[in-house]
Amino acid sequence: MRDPWFFLALVFDLFATGGYIVYLVKQEKWVSRSSCVLLFAGFIFHTVFLCKQYVVLGTAPVLDLKMALSFFSWCIILVFLVFHLKFRIMVLGSFVAPFAAFLMIISSAMPLAAGPVKPIFKSIWLTVHVTTIFLGNGLFAITFVVAVMYLIQEHQIKQKRFGSFYTRLPSLATLDNINHYALICGFPFLTLGMITGSIYAQVALGSYWQWDPKEVWSLVTWLFYAALLHERLTVGWRGRRAALMSILCFCILLFTFLGASLWAKGYHSFSTMGTGGA
Amino acid sequence: MKAQIVNIGMNHETAPVELRECIAADAGGTRKILDALREFPCVKEGLFLSTCNRVEILFTSEEVEDAKKEIIALLSDLGQVKDSAVSDCFYSLEGLEAVKHIFRVASSLDSMVVGEPQILGQIKQAYQLATQEKTSGVIVNRLMHRAFHVAKRVRTETGICESAVSISYAAVELAKKIFHSLEGKEVLLIGAGEMAELAARHLVNNGVSSMMVANRTFERAVEVAENFDAKPVSFEEIDRELLKVDIVVCSTGSREPVIYFEQVKKSLRKRRNRPLFFIDIAVPRDVESRVNDLANVYVYDIDDLKGVIALNVEQRKKEAVRAERIVQEEVLKFGHWLNTLSVVPTIVELRKKADAIIQAELKKSSSLMEHLTDGQREDVEVLARSIAEKVLNDPILFLKGRAERATVDTYLDIARRLFNLDRNHGVKYGSKSDDT
Repeated sequence: MRDPWFFLALVFDLFATGGYIVYLVKQEKWVSRSSCVLLFAGFIFHTVFLCKQYVVLGTAPVLDLKMALSFFSWCIILVFLVFHLKFRIMVLGSFVAPFAAFLMIISSAMPLAAGPVKPIFKSIWLTVHVTTIFLGNGLFAITFVVAVMYLIQEHQIKQKRFGSFYTRLPSLATLDNINHYALICGFPFLTLGMITGSIYAQVALGSYWQWDPKEVWSLVTWLFYAALLHERLTVGWRGRRAALMSILCFCILLFTFLGASLWAKGYHSFSTMGTGGA
Repeated sequence: MKAQIVNIGMNHETAPVELRECIAADAGGTRKILDALREFPCVKEGLFLSTCNRVEILFTSEEVEDAKKEIIALLSDLGQVKDSAVSDCFYSLEGLEAVKHIFRVASSLDSMVVGEPQILGQIKQAYQLATQEKTSGVIVNRLMHRAFHVAKRVRTETGICESAVSISYAAVELAKKIFHSLEGKEVLLIGAGEMAELAARHLVNNGVSSMMVANRTFERAVEVAENFDAKPVSFEEIDRELLKVDIVVCSTGSREPVIYFEQVKKSLRKRRNRPLFFIDIAVPRDVESRVNDLANVYVYDIDDLKGVIALNVEQRKKEAVRAERIVQEEVLKFGHWLNTLSVVPTIVELRKKADAIIQAELKKSSSLMEHLTDGQREDVEVLARSIAEKVLNDPILFLKGRAERATVDTYLDIARRLFNLDRNHGVKYGSKSDDT
């Protein structure tokens, strides 16, 4: 059974993505404005879907990869919409919307898990843990996207070869600024998510830290982001090097999110979460 | 007979600069021309535009040939040159050709540097003078408002004005792509050539907050600094300034580079990697080319900047095609409006409008008239028609009576606005200026 709210969210995300891509080519303002409205509408439907799932499951809807991807996509769009209000960079949507829509498509293609939810998951700590972690992930996704845009733009200015992206992308300072801002906001979320995660582990499993593969990789991710933040704040890293580093960090994050969940054995693995397996 | 729109002018392509210089007029000269235009019996409305690249007289007249002769004589008089020398350089356009020309001029499609933004301001000024001198009438008013509208459309819907086509513009554009905004940025000027000063002037106009000038001879630095309200510094202080500034404009005549790789590299960490933009317009170059390899440092020499410009010129040519389409579209719309500006079509439209209202109202009241017989319904219709006829009778007679007078355009225009004929015709004239 496919939830109609999820379906609506997916359709609107896809339309918004199409719109943003048209905007990238045609540069008509109204196209990006309407894409933004579509994306917002999709976001609202998605929110309704998540709320409904929360009520049905009695906990945050991230128990299998299907749900996690959809929640990740929701977080990215939330962060994008907030950033859109602050920075008003239309073209950012042309990069973020396809990414979010891509996650949604994978999510929708995955089989639906069934079965009762273990009582252990019905904890407020789990909800807080995953919400903060995923908001952090959403912010880091923005740093990744902006870093890619930065590298494209920087390459054109440095090499003095101006392709069609030159006029379409914002200035280097703006891109670096957004990267910095998203990193500064994302890091506390990641930290908070890990702390609440370990509290949840203490409450549910009786131990703060168990050397579970995902825990270890999360720590690695955290250390990398901490290093990037440290370099940015103390030494004044910026520009190309910071962009490359945030891309590397995000790759590690993705590995932690996918790899450690899918292939590694551990209690974070979706296959052991007892909802039927992903 | 109907008045024709005529445009007589010369531009950078048809006339040499010596001749344009002679005829180009300041505001006082423009007033004199407009005075003369007002006195000519065969010219109804007129506008005079004079810039360094073009001279244009736009007027409406019923006796076109006579008017042209008088105006060419007037212009050669103004420039104190012989009629025969001038007339070859003039082009003269009539009707919609003239409309198209003025739209193209306003949208900067006819400029020497296509897309340059000054021309619109100059046209607005010319129009303002014409309204002050009361030489503009219904047609010129409408035409100019449409021209401003077209220019705005071209500017917003095509990229023709976006790209920079001069060295200093290109440098400013690049700086904006690096720093986003130049506000609060600091500039160091090394050496002081004419081109460097021009670039510096552009940077200041774009909000640069402070400027330093360094030169081998300190006296010259002081001199240039005074022009910009800048701070003169000695050559030895460049190292220290490199820690602070964001943009460096180099234009010394030095044979050896002035800025070295090691020198910049050293400063980067202390600058906390803030981006540094070198605009090197000196030949031979002042900045070692390896400097561009450093992270967050961007070096553009004169050839790079010229490359940017060449690209932009190419881009503008493409955009110009789109702009021409917009102009064509607007010329058609204007032509339509011009056609309505005679008595018979206006009367026809008035009647049509009355008819449409009657039909609409009858339809609305059809439920009220259900119990009437067919005959009675016909009577109601006849009544409605005769009321409409009576109401329209006087305005129509009035317009017919004015048909042969010079002021007919004004009355037609007012009548069309009073009865809102242009909106109902499916032709929308968009901008607010039409309603004023």
